[in-house]
Amino acid sequence: MSFKYDGFMTAAEASKALASREVSSRELTQATLERIAAVDSKVKSFLKIIEDQALSQADRFDANPQSFPGGLAGVPGALKDNICMRGIETTCGSLILEGWQPPYDAGVVTQIQDSGSVVIGKTNLDEFAMGSSTENSAYFTTCNPWNTRHVPGGSSGGSAAAVAAGEVFWALGSDTGGSIRQPAAYCGVVGLKPTYGRVSRYGVIAYASSLDQIGPLTRTVEDAALVMNMISAHDPKDSTSYPEAPPDYTKSLKRDVSGFTIGIPREFFGQGIADPVAQAVMDSATVLERSGARLIDVSTPNVGYGLPCYYILAPAEASSNLARYDGVRYGMRVEAGDHAEMFRQTRERGFGAEVKQRIVIGTYVLSAGYYDAFYLKAQQVRTLLSRDFEQVFSQCDLLITPTVPTTAFAIGEHIDDPFQMKLSDVCTSPVNLAGLPAMSVPCGFSDGLPIGMQLIAPAFAEERIFQAAYTFEQATDYHKARPSI
Amino acid sequence: MSSESALSEKATPRESANTPYEAIIGMEVHAELLTNSKLFCGCSAEFGGEPNTRCCPVCLGLPGALPVINERAVEFVLKAALALNCQISRDTYFHRKNYFYPDLPKAYQVSQYGDSAIGIYGWIEIDGENGGSKKIGIRRVHLEEDTGKLIHATGTTSEVDYNRSSVPLMEIVTEHHPRPGFDQIKTAGEARDYITKLRAILTYLGVCDGKMEEGSLRCEPNISVRPVGSEDYGTKTEIKNLNSFRAVSRGVEYEVERQIDVLRNGGRIVQETRRWDEESATTASMRSKEMEQEYRYFPEPDLLPFHFDDEQIEQLRASLPEMPLARRQRFVDMGVSETDAETLIEDKAVSEFFDAAVSHAVDVRTVTNWVLGDFMKLLNQHGVPINQSKVTPGALAELIGLIEDKTISGKLAKGVFEEMFNSGKSPREIVEASGQTQISDTDFIREEIVRILSEPRNQPQLQKYLAGNDKVLGFFVGQTMQATSGRANPQIVNELLKEEMEKLR
Repeated sequence: MSFKYDGFMTAAEASKALASREVSSRELTQATLERIAAVDSKVKSFLKIIEDQALSQADRFDANPQSFPGGLAGVPGALKDNICMRGIETTCGSLILEGWQPPYDAGVVTQIQDSGSVVIGKTNLDEFAMGSSTENSAYFTTCNPWNTRHVPGGSSGGSAAAVAAGEVFWALGSDTGGSIRQPAAYCGVVGLKPTYGRVSRYGVIAYASSLDQIGPLTRTVEDAALVMNMISAHDPKDSTSYPEAPPDYTKSLKRDVSGFTIGIPREFFGQGIADPVAQAVMDSATVLERSGARLIDVSTPNVGYGLPCYYILAPAEASSNLARYDGVRYGMRVEAGDHAEMFRQTRERGFGAEVKQRIVIGTYVLSAGYYDAFYLKAQQVRTLLSRDFEQVFSQCDLLITPTVPTTAFAIGEHIDDPFQMKLSDVCTSPVNLAGLPAMSVPCGFSDGLPIGMQLIAPAFAEERIFQAAYTFEQATDYHKARPSI
Repeated sequence: MSSESALSEKATPRESANTPYEAIIGMEVHAELLTNSKLFCGCSAEFGGEPNTRCCPVCLGLPGALPVINERAVEFVLKAALALNCQISRDTYFHRKNYFYPDLPKAYQVSQYGDSAIGIYGWIEIDGENGGSKKIGIRRVHLEEDTGKLIHATGTTSEVDYNRSSVPLMEIVTEHHPRPGFDQIKTAGEARDYITKLRAILTYLGVCDGKMEEGSLRCEPNISVRPVGSEDYGTKTEIKNLNSFRAVSRGVEYEVERQIDVLRNGGRIVQETRRWDEESATTASMRSKEMEQEYRYFPEPDLLPFHFDDEQIEQLRASLPEMPLARRQRFVDMGVSETDAETLIEDKAVSEFFDAAVSHAVDVRTVTNWVLGDFMKLLNQHGVPINQSKVTPGALAELIGLIEDKTISGKLAKGVFEEMFNSGKSPREIVEASGQTQISDTDFIREEIVRILSEPRNQPQLQKYLAGNDKVLGFFVGQTMQATSGRANPQIVNELLKEEMEKLR
């Protein structure tokens, strides 16, 4: 074939190649499968490859390319393994769901299939999306393509690593407290957490329902816009889905940032932020300033309460969401005397340590006598936090912050220090609590590991993020850097 | 435990064998709503079906599935809350009630907790045991989902049927501590009247079919007793499995007496759930409730809060149908006795039949007697609900018309009615087919003759006959024919006249 695939072509380029008949979706899919075969033993992004289904989806596109006008039609991507796809094992990185095949498609999967895109497999994650490294996966730990002794971040570590390693053109992750943006930053890719309600949560295995949101991981900002065009829609099956139709996000790419005021919230640059990270983000702000944006200092005084608040509310919801894994209807069952004993032993064996810890914390903060002091207080703080953001967005259009305080840590480095591990969510979790959209964009390297900056916008103002991120990307070369995997 | 401390748990001296006790009865009622689909998905909410055939990822609580509220269910509860005189929460939302049980697929029940309930602080008027009416305070009216059903199969395994999972359920709870101006239920009779009145309201609204036998209306009273005059409440027990009005009154009565007996014998009431057994007519302990369950309620993040504005509420209030008490008053105003009116309104369909029959301009009391008498007897005998009977209100009115214009006697009419009930034919059809339009009803003709013979103006003619003038018979035949509009069978008239006049000799 005349088509030459090196693994790092962008989704937009692949789409153009398909449109010009330079390549077929089947060839693209086979090339992708070959790339996975070549590198996945080193990266370990995938829990499952669905070769046959992927090829038949590709053939469906090739048979009638005109009927799939979507920007990602025929272009292979991957799903985090907490997104349900009919008949495809979905484990959520947990033993308790090993072998479970959902009898239905998630809202985003329906969108993907309607647009003629191709799903090639399910990626690794921390069990039930709880973690920052994929080390909590019940199956294996994914490696950072830039340095395989380091974690890819998490919980969408498999999706971020797959995109960074050139195994797929795009991937979906889920973000509850930073689970798209943090691995995007660690792996040097673009990761967007959309506004809560912008993308359907139907068929996404819940961790914390009021915070979970699906979003893209891609190698470029343009590709992220293409994924957003494919997956954002109102879904009547999700009551929290936003009823208005989404804009065409690729249109935002044509606008620059002149006239934008970008706020630099000082609380995000405090203690714990590594110097190279702070420096890279400040330099990036300067790049945007040179492109026409105005920079101002702003303050979000309550943002420091975000992380503790997140670690009360998310486990509270999780303790309820994960109670259904009792061995009665699906997944693992440990047979025991009576049903109560069966529940106990199934959950004892089926869940990993981190999940159990969060269930215990969540159960505790919802208990009579503790509810007011923890859950209710955290909800009040959440309101204050949202007001902080509302307040700063009356002064500026966007915020720029580090995505994560440091670059990717080594595998095993924080395994005995869950507190340190959780600190990596400090800049991202306040955004989920406020329900806002935010993107991590590659903006530098330190010791060969990528650094990400976070752009935060008001609710449903993803277009501003795309404008600024694309402008930044055009002015820099970070997105062109490739790991030597 | 030493024997001393066991003794210390016994009754205080003032609770002697003669202490009069009173019962305090709280009512917790669950009503399945008459929506077509379930509360959060499109599955059928109809009763029955092969196990696990009315299920989908949502009502099975599969990972990732999300609820979408059935707005009709919300409207039904809102209607009920209005009819039960509740304050309506302008902003209402759902909670998760978390507990593990195999019939609860999400391991939480979506319900409403505290004052987020759609309706709070309402009341319902019942007939007091000692005459007069009582206003029973209602604490809350809320919407929640039903659970599945555990089927205890043979051996060591159990099976679960999730057809009922997420069927919309309305919970109506009375107040434990009554507000000023409101009363508590204190006797079994009042408990029965409460559930009777509540059932009537719900069926009039069309939000619940009120079938206690099928479990679409479930009543779980909680009962405590205390010495008359005491302000403190005794320990409560809750009774389950009351599947009829009769079971409610018998079950409550039994439990009240059981508790008083226990206390009089120096025992202690255990906080527990007890099951009513219809056959032995007793309650037996199911499970102890000494440990308060920890449900970890918190707002359901998968559903948005509901807001009702004043206009919406007033529109719905204005659209409410006539409620049972208003209908009872209307019937009384029409001339029905209080007791009969009460019986007529208990079943919505009966009251509607009555209304329709009366609209044919026949006598109200006669209709009442037919509906509550012969008709009710036949319906009960055959176990047929009135709205499924072959007798239409128009047919009953026609039958009454035939009696009024003396085509048939009241006594014959009973037989005609029975045939109407069995065949669905019109009364005129039945009467004509049997040749009964020509009056051959001897009782009826005899009645007329006796009346004519007793009339003072006819005495001179009668005396002539008795004196031996047989020709006067013709005069009386004419009188009788006139009184029956010429439809009496002349031969029978002749024979009966002779018989009756001979008696007067």
